[in-house]
Amino acid sequence: MNTTERIWPARTRLLRLPWPDAWARVDLRVAAVSALLALVALAVCLWSLTIGELAIAPSEVLAALAGDADEGVTRVVREWRLPRALIGLLGGAALGASGAIFQSLTRNPLGSPDIIGFNAGAYTGTLLAALLIGGSELGTTAGALLGGIGTGLLVYVLAFRHGVQGYRLIVVGVGVSALLTSLNSYLLVNLRREDAIAAATWGAGSFNDVGWSEVWPVLIAAALLLPAGLVLTGRMRLLELGDDAARALGVPVERTRLAMLLVGIGLTAVVTAVAGPIAFVALVAPQLAMRLTRAGGVRLLPAAAMGALLLTCGDLIARTVIAPSQLPVGVVTVCLGGAYLVWLLWSSSRRGTA
Amino acid sequence: MPPTASPAVAQDADLARERPSRPGARAVVLGCSLLLIALVAASLLVGSGSIGIAETIDALLGRGSGDTTTELLIREYRVPRTVLALLVGAALGLAGAVMQALTRNPLADPGLLGVNAGAYAAVAFGAAFLGVNGTDRQVWLALAGAAATAVLVYTVGTGGRGSHGAAKLVLTGVAVGAVLSGLAFAVTLIDPETFDRVRFWQVGSLQGRQWDTVLAILPFVGAGTLLALALPRSLNSLALGDDAAASLGTRVVTTRLTGLLAVTLLCGAATAAAGPISFLGLLVAHGVRAVVGPDLRRILPASLLAAPVLFLAADILGRVLVPAELPVGVVTAFLGAPLLIALTRRRPGGAR
Repeated sequence: MNTTERIWPARTRLLRLPWPDAWARVDLRVAAVSALLALVALAVCLWSLTIGELAIAPSEVLAALAGDADEGVTRVVREWRLPRALIGLLGGAALGASGAIFQSLTRNPLGSPDIIGFNAGAYTGTLLAALLIGGSELGTTAGALLGGIGTGLLVYVLAFRHGVQGYRLIVVGVGVSALLTSLNSYLLVNLRREDAIAAATWGAGSFNDVGWSEVWPVLIAAALLLPAGLVLTGRMRLLELGDDAARALGVPVERTRLAMLLVGIGLTAVVTAVAGPIAFVALVAPQLAMRLTRAGGVRLLPAAAMGALLLTCGDLIARTVIAPSQLPVGVVTVCLGGAYLVWLLWSSSRRGTA
Repeated sequence: MPPTASPAVAQDADLARERPSRPGARAVVLGCSLLLIALVAASLLVGSGSIGIAETIDALLGRGSGDTTTELLIREYRVPRTVLALLVGAALGLAGAVMQALTRNPLADPGLLGVNAGAYAAVAFGAAFLGVNGTDRQVWLALAGAAATAVLVYTVGTGGRGSHGAAKLVLTGVAVGAVLSGLAFAVTLIDPETFDRVRFWQVGSLQGRQWDTVLAILPFVGAGTLLALALPRSLNSLALGDDAAASLGTRVVTTRLTGLLAVTLLCGAATAAAGPISFLGLLVAHGVRAVVGPDLRRILPASLLAAPVLFLAADILGRVLVPAELPVGVVTAFLGAPLLIALTRRRPGGAR
């Protein structure tokens, strides 16, 4: 679907990075689109601070951020709305980047973490934590992290046979995902109704009770893993040429793939741990970004910027569409992303490509 | 091989007798029949409760010891549950076999292809917005959902001239299924009552089903089975490709539409009664094909016999495995997912 027709676009600049044997080719169009998307996402994020049950003027929001507004307004902006907005930005960026990594690995837009079982695995971990130790914050987070990472590695090991092929990874992921989904619905039956609804709301992906304690882990993970992903992008693109070509160019294929997989899982898992499995952002963001940048392949940076924009907008819709009550943000992304996904498959079948 | 027998279950044994070249078919029919009798007996005798075997037999024969509760339990729950397991199993197994033939895809399974998710979503919407409960009314919703999803997945997933036909269809099904499940899930979250009802049905279980459920789905399963069993010869020629099939005089479009209709009836009814159950069709169709070969005149009747065996066994297994009952849908998923993974590992190039 996304053949790399032009691996090295014409308008690139070479940037040497401050550590040995690392360089970056910067495609000007990709950089410009990424910057623009990031700016729009930031603007939407600031605008979302003014919206809610209590309408606050933009000037007052800025004053509250600086700490010059009255106490109530400051609390609403700083303690309630800001963490949520930041999670939208950072989490969206993490999901978009993770999606770009997986789609590059599998060379298929459906190779995204939400299709190949990581979300189901994270949900399983959370439900098990709720069953075994009651639904505590720590249990939910730890369960989601362990479940997501464990599932990712399981899929990788099961798909590994003389190396890993994209399609095999996807189908194995789908199988594991189906198994875990069935297990999840069984675990859900065994919880008390209140616990079950709480778990199910988390399972739909929700920002309703995020605070600063949820922002920090996502911030740290993004700060560590996004640069790591950027370092890998050069090899990532060579891998897209096929394993043999990449080997001939001196890329350690399986090692690179495992490193990419770990970065990708880490980015998804941390967002899932704080906000639940948010479907389809990781799938849609790289695809939309690819069409905007015309880069002929998924790229990490624009995908991250696009993810930030998508999730910020998605959360804004989830907060306002049936106000005063709120939808889980995952429901919004499922509707929008799902419609886009079906259209993508449909148009590819019309074009006669697979 | 010149077709001689008209496709019907009763004549499958004759078919096997005509061609001793494949002893597999006879073995399947005989083995499945014996197993089925044994499992039905086991299903009537084994429950998650603690009723003695002698007591159970007495209750079944109507020689009640005066303990009406026991009798009620056996007659109103255990007997219909067993009958329902046979019906749902047969429906899903047959639907899986027809779907694999229609799509020429060894990975096709109504659960994987999102048809069951479509039925589930329709039922969830009905429960949330229209207050529809009870299998007799759920069946219609489930059928509508299954039909719409089957057509959508089939149209999108088989379009184009891609070389990854098999994988693409599965991926389309998974994508559509994920969207529909997500939407249904969101709908149930709005209202705690609906959530509570749907979560027990969503697992895929036969627990607590009574005669009304059996009667509600019987006509649909019957119609779907008749349609499917009228198809094997046309489906056999479809396996050669559309052009070849047309030149052999098969009505390609009619065959496809009839097949889709059969799958819809079977899956919709099964899902309405037992909830969304995955992998049964995949498991059965693969097992049967390994034994009786690729001829659909054998595969369809054999699936019809083998699927209830597997499903009933899974249900009984779920009853005795853990004290609180493991739903049958979980058991089939745990049996089927490893098979899917093994299949993709076996062939180089995976699911192409």
